[in-house]
Amino acid sequence: MELEIQDISKSLDRIYTLDKVSIQVKDQEFVAVLGPSGCGKSTLLNIVSGLIPPDQGRILIGGEDWTGRTGRVSYMQQNDLLLPSRNILDNVIVPLLLKGIKKNRARDVAHSFFADFGLEGFEGYYPDQLSGGMRQRAALLRTYLFASDILLLDEPFVSLDAITRRKMQLWLRDIRINYPSSVLFVTHDIDEALILADRVYVFSARPARVIYQLDVTAIRGDEHSYNSAKLEILNKLM
Amino acid sequence: MRKSANIGLRLAPWLVFVLLLTVWEMAVRIWSLPLWILPAPSRVLQTAISSFHLLLDHTMVTLGEAMLGFTCSVVLAFLLVFFFNLLPCLRQALYPLLVISQTIPLITLAVLFTIWFGWGLLPKVLVVILVCFFPIAISLIRGIDGVDPEMIDLFRSMGASRLKIWTMVQFPLALPSFFAGLRISATYSIMAAVIGEWMGAQQGLGFYMTLLQKNFAVDGVLAAVLIICLLSLLLVKLVELAEYLLVPWQRTNTIHY
Repeated sequence: MELEIQDISKSLDRIYTLDKVSIQVKDQEFVAVLGPSGCGKSTLLNIVSGLIPPDQGRILIGGEDWTGRTGRVSYMQQNDLLLPSRNILDNVIVPLLLKGIKKNRARDVAHSFFADFGLEGFEGYYPDQLSGGMRQRAALLRTYLFASDILLLDEPFVSLDAITRRKMQLWLRDIRINYPSSVLFVTHDIDEALILADRVYVFSARPARVIYQLDVTAIRGDEHSYNSAKLEILNKLM
Repeated sequence: MRKSANIGLRLAPWLVFVLLLTVWEMAVRIWSLPLWILPAPSRVLQTAISSFHLLLDHTMVTLGEAMLGFTCSVVLAFLLVFFFNLLPCLRQALYPLLVISQTIPLITLAVLFTIWFGWGLLPKVLVVILVCFFPIAISLIRGIDGVDPEMIDLFRSMGASRLKIWTMVQFPLALPSFFAGLRISATYSIMAAVIGEWMGAQQGLGFYMTLLQKNFAVDGVLAAVLIICLLSLLLVKLVELAEYLLVPWQRTNTIHY
C-alpha cells in the first residue's frame, strides 16, 4: 500500500515543529526517517496515524485522503504498551477483537504468527514475565495484526540494550522477506536506518524539514559507498 | 539456610504476640488486678466462649451493617468515577469537597446521624459509607489516572471506542490500585459500624459494648474487641482473595528470555 505525506506543517504549543514535510512510501517499501532527538519525528507519526490533525497538508493512503482520521495504519510506539492485564496471546489479538472478530478465531489467527515472531511457547505469559526483546516482538505482531499493509514504527528498539537491539534489527530485516508491508520507521540511529531501510529521509532540527534523501538499495553491499553515505548523513545531522 | 530464616521471620509476629499475652497474663496474676480494671487474656477468652451466642447475634448485626455500607461504597465509587469520566468539570467541582469531607470528625457526624435518622440501620450504614467510600474512590481515581496516556492513544489509533478503552484498558489497569483502597476500607468497615452503634442503637457489637462498659464488664468489652479484630482481618483476607483471583497478572514476576 502506498503512503503519501504531502506538505505537512504543524505547530505544537506554539512551537513550530514540522515544516512542509513530504515523504513518499511506495508499496512494500521500508522508509526510515532519521533526525535529531526531539525534532518532531514522533509528531509526524502521530499525524500520519490520525491521532492529531496537521495544520497544513494531507495524508494520502492508497490515493485516499486519511488526514486526521485514525484506524487505517498500524502504529507502534517506543514503549511496547502491552497491557499488563493480558497474557501475550490476548495482547496481540486486541486489534482483531476491536475489529469485531470473535475471541477464539482471533486467537487462532494470531497464533499462526507466533513461531515467526519468536513467541511460540510464551502465549500464556504476562508481559511482566518477558524480556524487553520479546515484548517488542509481541508489540510488533500486534501492530502487524491491526493493519499489515502500512506500519508506522516509532523507534521501536530504542529502549533495548545494544545487543538485543542489534538482534532485533537483524530479525526485523529477515522477517520482512515473508511480511513485505510498507513501513515508515522513525529513528535517530544511523546504522539502524541503513541496515533496515530501502530509503532514508534525513530531518533537520526543529522545525523539521527534509534535508537529505538516500536510496539505500543502491549502495547496499558496497562498503565504501555505505561508509561515505553514513558520513554524509552524519554531516547533515551535525 | 535461607528458607529457615524466612520461616523465622514469618513466625516472629506470632512469637511477639504470644509473648505480649504472656506478660499480660502474668501481670494480672502477679498483681491480682481486679476484673473490672483489667482481666487476664484467659478470662477474656472464657467470656468470649461463655457469651458466644449473645456475641454472635450482635456480630451478625454489625457485620450486616458493615457489609451493606461497604458494598454501597464500592457502587458509589464506581458511579462517581463514571460521572467524573463523563464530565471532567464535575470532577473539578467535587474533588476538593470530597477531600474536605474527610476532615470532619467522624464521631460528631455519627452523633448527628442518630439525631437525624434515629436508632435504626440507616445512620450506621451512613457512617460506614463515610469511612469506606473515600479510600475506594480515591484509589480508583488514582488507578485510572495512572494509566499511561500513550496506551490510550494506541487504542485510539486502533479505532477503539471510549467504552472499549474503559473495559480493555482503564478498568483492568486500575484494579491493583482499586484493591489497595478496598483493603483499607475493609479494615475500617467493622470499626465504622461499631462507632455508628456506639452513638445509639438497639443491637450490634457497639451497642453491646456500651452496655458492658456501663457495668464495668471489661472482660466482655475485650471479648467484643477480639471479635472486631478477627472480623476485620477476615474481611481483609477476603479482599486479598478477590484480588488474587481478579488480578492474576500480579501474582508472579519471573522473567523469561
